[in-house]
Amino acid sequence: MQSLLKVEGLTKSFGGVAALRDGRFELDGGSVHALCGGNGAGKSTFLSILMGIHKRDGGKIWRRGTPVEFNSPAEALASGIAIIEQELSPVPHMTVAENIYLGREPSARFGGIDFKTMNRNAQALLDRLEFSIRANQYMMNLSVAQMQLVEIAKALSHDAEVIFMDEPTSAIGEKEAQQLFAAIARLKAEGKGVVYVSHRLSEIFQIADSYTVFRDGSYVGSGALADIDRRGLIRMIVGRELGEEYIKTNAPTDMTGFEVSNLTAPGKIEDISFAVRKGEIFGIYGLMGSGRTEIFNCLFGLDTPTTGEMRLGGQPISVSKPADAMQQGIAFVTEDRKVTGLNLSDSVRNNICLASLPEMSPAFTMRRHEEQAASRDMIAHFGIKAARDTMPVSGLSGGNQQKVVLGKWFLRKPKVLLLDEPTRGVDVGAKREIYRIICDFAADGGTVVMISSEIDEVLGMSDRILVMRGGRSAGIYAREETDAQALVHLST
Amino acid sequence: MSSIDNKQASTWFSSDNRRLIIQEYGIFLAFLLLAFILSLSNEYFLTPGNISNVLLQTSINGVLAIGMTFVILTRGIDLSVGSVVALAGIISASFATTSATAGISGGPYPFYVALAIGILVGLACGALVGLIVSRFAVPAFVATLGMLSAARGATLIYGGGKPVPALTPEFRWIGTGNILGIPMPVILLAIVFAVSWWVLTRTRYGRYIYAVGGNPHAAKTSGINVTRMKFSVYMISGSLSGLAGMMLSARTGSALPQAGIAYELDAIAAVVIGGTSLSGGVGRVTGTLIGALIIGVMNNGLDLMGIQSYYQQVLKGALIVGAVMLDQKRNHGL
Repeated sequence: MQSLLKVEGLTKSFGGVAALRDGRFELDGGSVHALCGGNGAGKSTFLSILMGIHKRDGGKIWRRGTPVEFNSPAEALASGIAIIEQELSPVPHMTVAENIYLGREPSARFGGIDFKTMNRNAQALLDRLEFSIRANQYMMNLSVAQMQLVEIAKALSHDAEVIFMDEPTSAIGEKEAQQLFAAIARLKAEGKGVVYVSHRLSEIFQIADSYTVFRDGSYVGSGALADIDRRGLIRMIVGRELGEEYIKTNAPTDMTGFEVSNLTAPGKIEDISFAVRKGEIFGIYGLMGSGRTEIFNCLFGLDTPTTGEMRLGGQPISVSKPADAMQQGIAFVTEDRKVTGLNLSDSVRNNICLASLPEMSPAFTMRRHEEQAASRDMIAHFGIKAARDTMPVSGLSGGNQQKVVLGKWFLRKPKVLLLDEPTRGVDVGAKREIYRIICDFAADGGTVVMISSEIDEVLGMSDRILVMRGGRSAGIYAREETDAQALVHLST
Repeated sequence: MSSIDNKQASTWFSSDNRRLIIQEYGIFLAFLLLAFILSLSNEYFLTPGNISNVLLQTSINGVLAIGMTFVILTRGIDLSVGSVVALAGIISASFATTSATAGISGGPYPFYVALAIGILVGLACGALVGLIVSRFAVPAFVATLGMLSAARGATLIYGGGKPVPALTPEFRWIGTGNILGIPMPVILLAIVFAVSWWVLTRTRYGRYIYAVGGNPHAAKTSGINVTRMKFSVYMISGSLSGLAGMMLSARTGSALPQAGIAYELDAIAAVVIGGTSLSGGVGRVTGTLIGALIIGVMNNGLDLMGIQSYYQQVLKGALIVGAVMLDQKRNHGL
């Protein structure tokens, strides 16, 4: 059988630095193929060449046995290759149908658009795929997961045979992810080839048939997932044996750390109470929109709860703005480092110091030596890989950026650490280091509250887990007495 | 994502220092090149008299552009500076005129009273705009467009559409006087520049400005009061507009109701030529000063060559767009 897509010896460098040395890949029809690798392994470069965004320096690409070369995304699409990008870019003020047929609207008389035909075709396509989305809905009213489904429909409307998905589950919840997987299974049944890129290994094992691993820009190996286990795959991705994935070194003490009672913000969260001890890692699990982040926003003064009390070490505290929370020793590592964590246009050093400026410069003028020393300490402590600390933080890899955010908050020597998805978009190696940092913090008597939508992470890291459902608590469970199935069941 | 990382990394990690220098000092090199060409084409250009003249002509725009830099760094814009120049100029002048009909009764007041009033008028205009932008979340473009119209109207109402003539010599000194041969407006510009440079590069407040402009959400979660920061930059721009208004009326000897029309455009041009990004968070006040000097030197040089001022406007337009095109190419590798 002829493969849908075959790539050999693909190379690409940017400004003298090789991003891809030897990209190899082969995709069969009717299969889901996982493309694995850490940050900087060359996956994105590989995708951007196949999409026609970048031109390759060398190597060959065959589409159904015919050598091809793409100069633009349109050419790649014309040959049946579509990509669902990590960051979707829909036109929000247009309908689903308009988005699907953007740039090739069926025309009516006098150069107008035949909206009737367009809507009918779009609806037929959505129905065939069993996506419960109406074609005349505005794009902006859809959830991220639904937008992804629209993107899939759009790819199919182009008669795409090869569909790449770049981290599709990074912004959607568990339940929506299952719907996406169902859609992928349907594509597979139709004989399409799906290339699935994700850092989440459990997903890969759930939906993919085969895998290809890249490391440092080169092909490392490929095969059927049935022939490899999780440890083996991690070893290939990281290039060495990593040992246990979750190393827990902390043990909760008997001292109360951070207590929250009856926290309510109408329409967001209802009557949330929990008490976290010193040295404990307290996990919060729930779907997107279940009120997880809203809890942190209330605790950190970014949102105003109508009722609720907070106690720190037994003493009641009041927080009405972030500065109050910071004063009390609470640190908040926010969900999306690019949106709320970092000032991407500024340097590594300035980002690390950003939350500590009042303390570091009581007299208005900055103390540059202290800043220098602080950023040096944090870079060393977290093993942040940066050429120098005055370089823009945007030049770092995702894992290192996340460590800069952690460094920013650790510099304040917090008592309570609120972590919202601390390892999103971070590769396996960097994840490990972040887990170590969190455990060390708790082992030194810190109090950690961690939101995560990765079940393995919540189960692997937390001592106890609060499950959120529809803005309410669905109970608090010790890690020993629960498992993945129970969590999914409770949260939906 | 990793491809983008690698691409950026390559420009930062590689020892391509030449590129780095052009990136950091490109605008300064462009300025030197312009001055060099002009000095070759006209022997009068580099004489002390002409240099002083260029600086004098740059001083008012320079002060406005520095205020504008603060605003643009926080992702804002201030279109009202030209009108505030006129309003602050005419109100302060009414305290410093010997004319009985145009002045405030009991005048002329000492020049420092007039000076304080002019700055307060600018501050008040800036505070109003700042309040509207930061508290009521009106886009800066709209809020300051409103102030552009309102302040101009207020100027005409205040002076009855007539100029305020016959300013006292003490007041005129800030526009026409000199210390050790350096014209007062140039000294004022130098002071404003030095203080602004210090504030933006060496203080917590400056750091907050970059943070708010670079990523307001991240600034907020880092405990920075974003609303207050935005409010404050319009007060800075307003106060400096007030100062510039008095520099202008002091130099010409009377405050005109039509003073400062379209000054906001030159101020924004200087900021943009100086490499400050209109999307906020990136830029330097040094760049702005050089941007203002480039505009001043270009106008002066073209004057010396006897080229009509109409052409100068066309060239300035090309310069603004060209500078931003270069900037885009540099930053995004188009």
